[in-house]
Amino acid sequence: MTGYVVRRLLWTVVLLFVVSLITFVIFYLLPSADPAVLRAGRNPSPEVVAQIRVQLGLDRPWTVQFAHYLGRLVLHFDLGYSYHNDASVKSEIFERLPATISLALGALVVWLTAGIAIGVISAMRPGSVFDRIAMGGALVAISAPVYWLGLVALYLFADDFGVLHVFPGAGSYVPLTHDPVRWFTSLIMPWCVLASTYAAIYARLLRATLIETLSQDFIRTARAKGLRQRRVVLRHGLRGAITPVVTAAGVDLGVVLGGAILTESVFNIPGIGRLAVDAINDADLPLIQGTVLVGALFIVLANLVVDVLYAFLDPRVRYS
Amino acid sequence: MSVAETPLLAVRDLQVSFDTADGVVHAVDGVSFDVRAGRTLGIVGESGSGKTVSVLTIMGLTRAPHTRIAGSIRLAGRELATATQDELRRVRGDEVAMIFQDPLSSLHPYFKIADQLVEAVRAHRAVGRGEALRRALELLDLVGIPDARRRAAGYPHELSGGMRQRVMIAMALVNDPKLLIADEPTTALDVTVQAQILELLGRMQAERGMAIVIVSHDLGVVAGLAHDVAVMYAGQIVEQAPAATLFSAPEHPYTWGLLRSMPRLDRPREEDLVAIPGRPPSLIHRPGGCRFHPRCPYVREAHRRVQPELVADGDPQHLTACLLEGPQRRALWARLRAGDAPPPPTTGPPPTTAPPPTTGPPPRPSAPAEPPAAPPVPPPAEPSPAPPVPPPAEPSPGPPVPPPAEPSPGPPVPPPAEPSPGPPVPPPAEPEP
Repeated sequence: MTGYVVRRLLWTVVLLFVVSLITFVIFYLLPSADPAVLRAGRNPSPEVVAQIRVQLGLDRPWTVQFAHYLGRLVLHFDLGYSYHNDASVKSEIFERLPATISLALGALVVWLTAGIAIGVISAMRPGSVFDRIAMGGALVAISAPVYWLGLVALYLFADDFGVLHVFPGAGSYVPLTHDPVRWFTSLIMPWCVLASTYAAIYARLLRATLIETLSQDFIRTARAKGLRQRRVVLRHGLRGAITPVVTAAGVDLGVVLGGAILTESVFNIPGIGRLAVDAINDADLPLIQGTVLVGALFIVLANLVVDVLYAFLDPRVRYS
Repeated sequence: MSVAETPLLAVRDLQVSFDTADGVVHAVDGVSFDVRAGRTLGIVGESGSGKTVSVLTIMGLTRAPHTRIAGSIRLAGRELATATQDELRRVRGDEVAMIFQDPLSSLHPYFKIADQLVEAVRAHRAVGRGEALRRALELLDLVGIPDARRRAAGYPHELSGGMRQRVMIAMALVNDPKLLIADEPTTALDVTVQAQILELLGRMQAERGMAIVIVSHDLGVVAGLAHDVAVMYAGQIVEQAPAATLFSAPEHPYTWGLLRSMPRLDRPREEDLVAIPGRPPSLIHRPGGCRFHPRCPYVREAHRRVQPELVADGDPQHLTACLLEGPQRRALWARLRAGDAPPPPTTGPPPTTAPPPTTGPPPRPSAPAEPPAAPPVPPPAEPSPAPPVPPPAEPSPGPPVPPPAEPSPGPPVPPPAEPSPGPPVPPPAEPEP
């Protein structure tokens, strides 16, 4: 097991190298703007632009720039400085991480709770009224774009301009350490909006696998033992059906930790996702690299955690 | 059944049908049997004969929105067919326990063996985990699992097939059930392991005095364990008798087919095994009359219309649902035992005595009732000039027996060459719920 994890971690390093290389190549093949011009301000003289270009190292070939970037990253864990405002990319990212982690973990709780509850109840009585309504609702939730859902939620429930003044609106996020109550209330809508699609997907996924599991021989054995229906479904059935849900949850959490761009934008939450959007708008390569690498790292680690969890979830799985 | 001895399990006119998209599947159709304490009933039949559905229904495990169950199932005087789900749940795993065909898929792959047994104990006994575990280990030890404590800490996939079935048996017996239902308990196991499991079941019964219902498609499995045997076909019992009687003097043509399709060490190796021609009928569109008539070599016209009843003919413990006369059946079996050629319902050697049918539609290969012109099987009691077979092993009834219901004028066996009026009952795959 340890050997397996070590090998996977080494692969993670290779993967992150490839990801950053691709990001560099894309940036130079398809530049969104000239960072030096953006940095120079209004009506800059060509000399100023050229000077900034030298200052940022943009005058050298991209291969040399990439080598420098990698060198600093590997030797000093230095992600460079923003082209835009000279801020340290590393500190920018660490500053934004708490908001993204708050959003992602809260949403994970919401979507797992809702998805598992709906999936179990639907699977226990397929074709029932509840099942039909839940699965119809799930289809709507999967189809609805997150930014649209977010705007509708704000329109209905935001305390500034909403129809019903229920929850704090966009831009109300405060860090947990400043004001826990405000932190919680401001995140209720973003959590629900971000979780809605995932909850719908998980409800459908769990419903399908649980129906399949409940037809297995070992469920018949559980009934033959005289166990109560609740125990048969929630212990024997759910335990057998939960594996794909855990897999999906791990990977999806990794994706959301890399930045829920749409949700963060709609609710104006200062997280990694919005940092990435701003970086792209500013053609701020070091910041783009930083956010991309953080996102990739989360996804790769989430996959690794899921694979390790497998061995605990299914005693038949053994890594060597 | 004697009146003095009330059976532990009494099933009366059990009917189970499932509503499916293709129609109503009549899986069990009027099944009745008794099992007394300490006795073993074997239920045999092909796939789809309704044997598994019958025993699952005893456990209440076939109950579902699209299932209809009628009849009576009395366990120790208590009615189970109409019991509530919760009453049934209390009975399951406590008074009646069950083991299944494939022990690997029947054990939960993610739970440790000890946990699965402890759970079975605590579903019915208000005991702590330690006490339940002690009981579980005791049972694992009893069913012959070496180093039970270590095995119990493992998962089902870490055991061999035979050990898994022993675990299933231990789990079934952990609450001392009065009745153990074994549904094809050895089918998924190696032959040598099969014998061990059957021996274990017999030993457990001898030690605990419980009743066993064992379901199998394999007469050999049933022969080793059962005191009584019921043969099922298309949802009905077609023959029922004490095991010794059934194996020595079977009376139903279907039972003959089952016996002749079974390899035996006491028969010459050259002797061919005879498969029963055709397939089990659809349980949605069942054949009229005797359910077995499309596959029966001795079918007569009346058998397509009249449903036989399960009745005794002589021996009150030997029940047969066949429209052939008792003496005639016994003579036919005697001839089959003597190694007479198998009666071919569809094909056979070219006719030597009877002329081929000249009227009617040409013979269809699938038509079940083509005349098996040769060899002729005479009705037993007719004074045939030269009896070609040795006398039957069973003492044939002394007085001359009246000829079969249908007067056959000249040739001895005339299963009429009736072209079946309807379609010859295509048997689709049985839904085994």
